[in-house]
Amino acid sequence: MRRYSHDHPLFLPPAEIARNRPVTDLLDKRVAFVTGKGGVGKTTVAVALGMRAAAEGKRTIVCEVSAQENASRIFAHAEVGFHEREMAENLWAISIDPEEAMREYVLLQLKVRAMRDMLFRSRIFSYLAAATPGLKELVTIGKIWELAQLDRKVKRGRKYDLVIVDAPATGHGIGFLQTPRTFAAIARVGPIHSQAQQLDRLIVDREHTGVAIVALPEEMPVNESAALERDLRTDVGVAVDRVYMNGLYPERFSGEEAERLGELAAGEDGAMRAAARAALSEHNRARSQRAQLARLRRRVEAPVKALPFLFEPELGVEAAGRLAKRLG
Amino acid sequence: MAAVDEILAGKDICICAGSGGVGKTTTAAAIAAGMAARGLKVCVLTIDPAKRLADSLGLRELGNDAERVDPALFERHGVEMKGELWAMMLDAKATFDELVARQAPDEEARDRVLGNRIYQQISNALAGSQEYMAMEKLFELHTEGRFDLLVLDTPPTRNALDFLDAPRRLTQFIEGRSLRVFMRPTGLAARVAGRGASVALSVFKRIVGFDLLADLAEFFNAFSGMVDGFQARAQRVNGLLSDRRTCFLVVCGPQGEPVDEAVYFHRKLVEAKLPFGGVVVNKVHYPAERLRGDGADLAADLTAKLGDADLARRVGENFADYQALAERDAGNIERLSAELRTSRTIRVPYLDEDVHDVAGLAEIDRYLFASSEEREALAAGRPPTAARRADTSRRP
Repeated sequence: MRRYSHDHPLFLPPAEIARNRPVTDLLDKRVAFVTGKGGVGKTTVAVALGMRAAAEGKRTIVCEVSAQENASRIFAHAEVGFHEREMAENLWAISIDPEEAMREYVLLQLKVRAMRDMLFRSRIFSYLAAATPGLKELVTIGKIWELAQLDRKVKRGRKYDLVIVDAPATGHGIGFLQTPRTFAAIARVGPIHSQAQQLDRLIVDREHTGVAIVALPEEMPVNESAALERDLRTDVGVAVDRVYMNGLYPERFSGEEAERLGELAAGEDGAMRAAARAALSEHNRARSQRAQLARLRRRVEAPVKALPFLFEPELGVEAAGRLAKRLG
Repeated sequence: MAAVDEILAGKDICICAGSGGVGKTTTAAAIAAGMAARGLKVCVLTIDPAKRLADSLGLRELGNDAERVDPALFERHGVEMKGELWAMMLDAKATFDELVARQAPDEEARDRVLGNRIYQQISNALAGSQEYMAMEKLFELHTEGRFDLLVLDTPPTRNALDFLDAPRRLTQFIEGRSLRVFMRPTGLAARVAGRGASVALSVFKRIVGFDLLADLAEFFNAFSGMVDGFQARAQRVNGLLSDRRTCFLVVCGPQGEPVDEAVYFHRKLVEAKLPFGGVVVNKVHYPAERLRGDGADLAADLTAKLGDADLARRVGENFADYQALAERDAGNIERLSAELRTSRTIRVPYLDEDVHDVAGLAEIDRYLFASSEEREALAAGRPPTAARRADTSRRP
């Protein structure tokens, strides 16, 4: 059995790589992966980062990788699918469907038309492609790499300064970024071997590739973010550039004011009581969130940037735009 | 509206399903605790719970054995456990290995499967194996019949639908029927399929660059004696899921996106003829409609009462922000109930503190198991009274 091992001559130990690379700002890189636990607002942060980069004049594309079409939802746009769609000035979006990416990959690999047609018609090919562990992830990362090329492989492909990836949630995220390395170790010959190596170099290249984690100011997301940063460093060889603490409530009331509001809530009825209760609830939340923010700062190595909770019924393009201004 | 104990009356199995980040694990634990408090012997099966929640229930690391939760933990928070609460933290890989060991005709066959690279990838990583193994464990516990009620917290799939589809996909893969016929070099199918298939295989091999086929062949060979056992079991698991004594609860949040996903998930449940029990909406902002519009003089009233115009202004702003969220939540929940054509929508408010301990579970249970009077109080923006219904304990 062939397995990847950390002393494989092809690779430095991942932790070693993580230590040795220079840091550049997240938005000055070529590819930025945005990851984190489910439901923390990864897509919103990925889109906000895209808007920020676009506003700085960078031609930017935001990629979704699991056909959720959350980004198009933020833009109130029809589903984007496997196409590079312009969402705003300097800003594009694409939803990478692994099957489409596989198809495109085969088209680029096989120059003989008859062979391609035969392959696409063959049921066994799609069966094998589906059965090969990690192949979906590999072609998805391959497409991300292709988007980041200045010399695009795809005909008439646009050049982008920055590719932002709305990466899979924690757990799946680690496996996702590990795929090229696993493949390079398993596939010893052929195009996939060298391409997987190339993709792995992209992922651990700190100068050109960045990783941001999105967290929420709650117990479990903070724990998971700390674990994710550690696993990315030891298992993938990637250092996290930034952790975004999303959804932080403003501190609207002091402790002394909260006491007065507590008395008000106890003594009043109707709207006044409800308003006082809402204020107390906000005060308690804001306080426990600050404690979680402090915990996160203690537990991760990357710089932590707090993002405000947006009191919006639904997060749309305007809210993402306001978040974009706070990302710095 | 209904309470959880009404929905679960006469059920053996409660499956909490929903997308990631909506509080499934906490909901499953709270439901199990609430039903145990009402006299049942309940086991909650969970995957990767928050460490503090596990710690506070006195549970050790992952293990495939059910552990009894000390009732004193709940009694300390004023909850009398009339029944028993048990918990199990699932280890998907270990469950899969156990299953192989059980189905394998002999030790050699077992070791061949356990050592196969494709098997290792599948049992660790293939989307669906966690889900499949959760079902498997559920089936096993149900067959043993040690518990009155099993509550399953489904794995955190990004897309809640994977969960329904996973067992079928996994068994199909293990069966590998379509592939195996091609791999038999002298098989009739190979001759019928002719050159096309073998060229496809060789091209695939060239692109992928490793002999996947050899690994796959070995995998299916190793599994060959077990396929029937797996199939039969998968059918029985499916039978259990669609049984009328099983109940699916959809768990979601009040924002537009989780509500859309809950609607979609419900539709899939109905299509798959699986028994839908109700929907739990977590982290709902209260109050909503009752206070709309009567806040015109609020700023003046607050200023008069607090004697601080600046503080009054901030209280007013904060209240307006909350009401906007509460109205959004109310609108989304109305839409949810209409789309699901259900009155079984249970709202759990956005509490001031995270829920990761027994006190938090007890707090959530006040909403999940609220009586109709308590629900009225809730709708009016008052928390339900601490007095709990004591008349709902029952044993099947």
